[in-house]
Amino acid sequence: MAKYEVNLKINDIPVSVEEGSTILDAAKKLNFRVPTLCHHPDLCVAGNCRVCVVEQKGARALAAACATPVSEGMEIFTNSAKVRTARKNIIELLLSEHNSECTNCYKNGKCELQELAHEYRVNENNYLKLILNKGYTIDDLSPAIIKDDSKCIRCQRCVRTCAELQHVSALAVGYKGDHQKITTFFEKPMHSVVCTNCGQCINRCPTGALIEKNYIDQVWDCINDPNLHVVVQTAPAVRVGLGEDLGLDTGHRVTGKMVAAMKRIGFDSVLDTDFTADLTIMEEGTELLTRLKKVLVEQDTNTALPMMTSCSPGWIKFIEHKFPKLLDNLSTCKSPQQMFGSLAKTYFAQKKGLKADKVVSVSIMPCTAKKFEANRPEMRASGYQDVDYVLTTRELAMMIRQAGVDFNELPDEKYDSIMGESTGAAVIFGATGGVMEAALRTAYEIVTGREVPFQNLDIVPVRGFEGIKEAKVQITGVKPEWSFLEGAELSCAIAHGLTNANTLMKAVSEGKVSYHFIEIMACPGGCLGGGGQPIPTNEDIRRKRMEAIYDEDTHMEIRKSHENPEVIAIYEEFLGHPNSHKAHELLHTHYHPRKNY
Amino acid sequence: MTEVKTIIQEKLGKYGASREALMPILQAIVQEKNYLTEEDMVAVAEALDISSADVYGTATFYTFLDIKSRGKYVIRVCKTISCHMSGKDEIIKALQDTLKVGVGDTTPDKKFTLLTANCMGWCHKGPVMLINDEVYPELTPEKAIKIVQEYMAKE
Amino acid sequence: MENTRLHKVDLIFENDGTCATTVLDKVLSRKPEDIINDMIDSGLKGRGGAGFLTGLKWKFTRNEDSDVKYVVCNADEGEPGTFKDREILDKVPEKVFTGMAIAGYAIGAKEGILYLRAEYNFLLPKLERMMNEFNKALQAKKLDFTIDIRSGSGAYICGEESALFESIEGKRGEPRNKPPYPTVSGLFGKPTVINNVETLVYATMISKYGPDRFKEFGTKDSRGSKVFSISGDTPNAGIYELGLGMSVQQFVDEFGDGDTKAVQIGGASGMCVPRKKFNDTIIGYEGVPTGGSMMLFNSSRSMYNVLHDYLDFFAEESCGQCTPCRVGCQQLLKGIEAVKNKNKTPDYLENLKKLAETMKLSAKCGLGQSVANPFISIVDNFREEIIY
Repeated sequence: MAKYEVNLKINDIPVSVEEGSTILDAAKKLNFRVPTLCHHPDLCVAGNCRVCVVEQKGARALAAACATPVSEGMEIFTNSAKVRTARKNIIELLLSEHNSECTNCYKNGKCELQELAHEYRVNENNYLKLILNKGYTIDDLSPAIIKDDSKCIRCQRCVRTCAELQHVSALAVGYKGDHQKITTFFEKPMHSVVCTNCGQCINRCPTGALIEKNYIDQVWDCINDPNLHVVVQTAPAVRVGLGEDLGLDTGHRVTGKMVAAMKRIGFDSVLDTDFTADLTIMEEGTELLTRLKKVLVEQDTNTALPMMTSCSPGWIKFIEHKFPKLLDNLSTCKSPQQMFGSLAKTYFAQKKGLKADKVVSVSIMPCTAKKFEANRPEMRASGYQDVDYVLTTRELAMMIRQAGVDFNELPDEKYDSIMGESTGAAVIFGATGGVMEAALRTAYEIVTGREVPFQNLDIVPVRGFEGIKEAKVQITGVKPEWSFLEGAELSCAIAHGLTNANTLMKAVSEGKVSYHFIEIMACPGGCLGGGGQPIPTNEDIRRKRMEAIYDEDTHMEIRKSHENPEVIAIYEEFLGHPNSHKAHELLHTHYHPRKNY
Repeated sequence: MTEVKTIIQEKLGKYGASREALMPILQAIVQEKNYLTEEDMVAVAEALDISSADVYGTATFYTFLDIKSRGKYVIRVCKTISCHMSGKDEIIKALQDTLKVGVGDTTPDKKFTLLTANCMGWCHKGPVMLINDEVYPELTPEKAIKIVQEYMAKE
Repeated sequence: MENTRLHKVDLIFENDGTCATTVLDKVLSRKPEDIINDMIDSGLKGRGGAGFLTGLKWKFTRNEDSDVKYVVCNADEGEPGTFKDREILDKVPEKVFTGMAIAGYAIGAKEGILYLRAEYNFLLPKLERMMNEFNKALQAKKLDFTIDIRSGSGAYICGEESALFESIEGKRGEPRNKPPYPTVSGLFGKPTVINNVETLVYATMISKYGPDRFKEFGTKDSRGSKVFSISGDTPNAGIYELGLGMSVQQFVDEFGDGDTKAVQIGGASGMCVPRKKFNDTIIGYEGVPTGGSMMLFNSSRSMYNVLHDYLDFFAEESCGQCTPCRVGCQQLLKGIEAVKNKNKTPDYLENLKKLAETMKLSAKCGLGQSVANPFISIVDNFREEIIY
């Protein structure tokens, strides 16, 4: 049924919008910005902060613009005296239960409440300061997320994110009345409940109530210590997001400037996670083909299919909590971050003549779960903690600003070697479908000797924002050693965001689907939408970052992981061959089931 | 003592394996065990395929779904305006003196918990108290003590 | 002004053991549209306090195109000073069930749910027994309508219609955004008629006697009679069915103790009427509407304590989701304490009154919107008691 148009007036200006639109939508169409706090384009409507209240002619009460559907003949005023008074009072109320020591707050300058208070020239002292008697404490026990209840404005964006987008619901609204707050199960610290550290809540929190655990000072200390050699690796998605926190528009590829900046702020070796992304493809591709052989040729019932990617630590913690029976399906490959970490203090240190205990391994990630991953007890293959500090894209931007480097004026520079060379296949790891595509580009060629049958190597069916994607690849004309795959149809699935992962995993565990290979990324859009990326986030921003990633891929000289010369070298000189004993020692891992709360 | 598993199964049978069963399940567990433990909430969460935090958030909303350990007999004295005017403070004091606990606490033998609650709908016959589901209006301090003593004599 | 004399009525508690059967037979022999027209004609407005025209509510719901509809009886009576629904459920529960069945028949619902507050659990054994018998009787009459009972668990806000739905659905009792209204999207998102216990009994009586008998009482804006629960400083505390439209003075003449200085109409979320306004204030939808709670205060009472009790109540019972109510209630409570303790000057009361106005305009539901009622009426009329 065709939707009909509703005609209404906003501030005496007529506008027509589709039936079902809200007053907020209509105001936007007329370029009237109604302030909001609990509203977020990625989430369902809440209507609880009441900041967006507007006056409706003929109605006694003010209406919440974000939650009220338009009706024919409605007359709305977004800036009347009543609205201004109410809005001001509401902001004052929020401030009265808020820790407003902005100067030392991580979100200073990027806080939505602060911005509103500034816009409305709010006098903080109009009401009693309730926050002084609340006795809130800060939960900073998690290596990834800090929860500070004294800054929470109860917008519930985090609760909705954790429930709707991620199907985790580690956070819930608890109690009522003057005790109401956002809480975990029995107020347990974040690190001891089902929180996957994905950081999507951080991306949407309007204030500093949820932020990442930051390690900027520790990294500065290391950089300033002349005895330490600080190695830094950068994830693929960072290079398409970093610019947003340094004054650029969304979707800028800033790889060269990013490298230049990191050199100038003092990192000793600026290297690329993309290198180990290529390595991951070699290891994981081989693992997949081995599993296929075990199942199809040897009929081995102990080998689990579908095999599932393991580079997303938010996803790993999710499956450990929720689907422990499927842990054998996970690839034993570490994530590129962790592969890099274990090689930094072994292969890299040896090649550069450095003592392993003087190498500090830092990573820049679009991710907060990586902070948890780096601290997993099993991630010490080098004999030391493989990755010492994980910084988010946001933290790197902060360091660049702190160092006084004028980012936009920097020339493009190249990564250092070794472990700085990468391919297009590696950079697309930053987007949902990217790992799958990179794996297919290599696996198909290993098996058939030919390139994947997609124009320009762009495997379009695995790309895009659809929650769960499927792709089937016909394998014909195989090389003799892969004869068991002749005529086979490789069936693949890709999911991004944990709600979609949950749907897919339910289907897998109930035996309702049969795939060979599944790629899961915990964050909407893949790593480009990660919990460590610049704030704010929305569909448009993620789309632009995705375009930038595939753009970067197209512009790379080499586009297949197995053609990366540094990857070829590391096997020749150090690892032997994919899945070798040494590779298993350094580059593979295991998982553990976790309690389900 | 009916097991929590049995309670859950019974309610799932009546309301289906849906969120609709949550309140009846939590109410039945509280009826049986006087309060909700971590363990019980996790079991409920798993049975309904919702998160434990979600169950916790729902339970803590409702005053009568206690998450703190409660005694066998939960006494709730009304503290709202009409009962305030007709003498709830004297009733509370009498009960505190008799049970030797303060408001919010449970007796060491885990038999009684003393709480206050909001208007129970006996404003013309206040002060009033509930002991579990039984209601005792038209209280005087003496009457309240006598009632509690009768409970003390029970198992 | 018609019929302003205090008028005691006996529609609700009239003892008629065969009521349910005879009324239902009468109803089922008529068309649903005619039942609804009678309800509209009678002028019956919701007796829970909100006062929406019951017949219209039924009409809107009937007009929704949906296979599944619900009738919900709001027995979550929690407004301080209200205890009349308890009495109705105790004395004439079959009239409540009958009202639900009539509503179900009129709107096309097959399921009715009675949501009973936890504090009335002692009524459950009797109500469940009667409900089972009633359901059997409905089956015998071939009416496809079944009633179930659900319990609350101690939350005043669950008396708000959409919060009540949330509670039945197994969630926190947090009021929803409106529109859509329950007639369009109510319980489980389906068209729902939700009525107060007393309203449903009146629906039964109107179906029994016809709308004209109901119209004999009250005024043209406040048709009919209403059950009042009267408490406080009165020698005649209790439950009385009276015609609507009397003045507060007439009420005090009958129920006061000779020294009445204020009457709180509508419970904690209602208006406080001072002595000087007794003559000019009408108890009814054209004056001060009420769910039935009437509390009398004599000159021995401190209105500061009264207001403090109310605000304490709201700060505790607010669901907490929306800023104006969650924080506003706390600010009002602590605000009057600060003025009393001289931590704030009396001028601060003006700030608080403006805050109360903001709450009235911007809170998400009736609870937050109503706090201004007691606050402003008590602060305005008893200012000295608040300050000194």
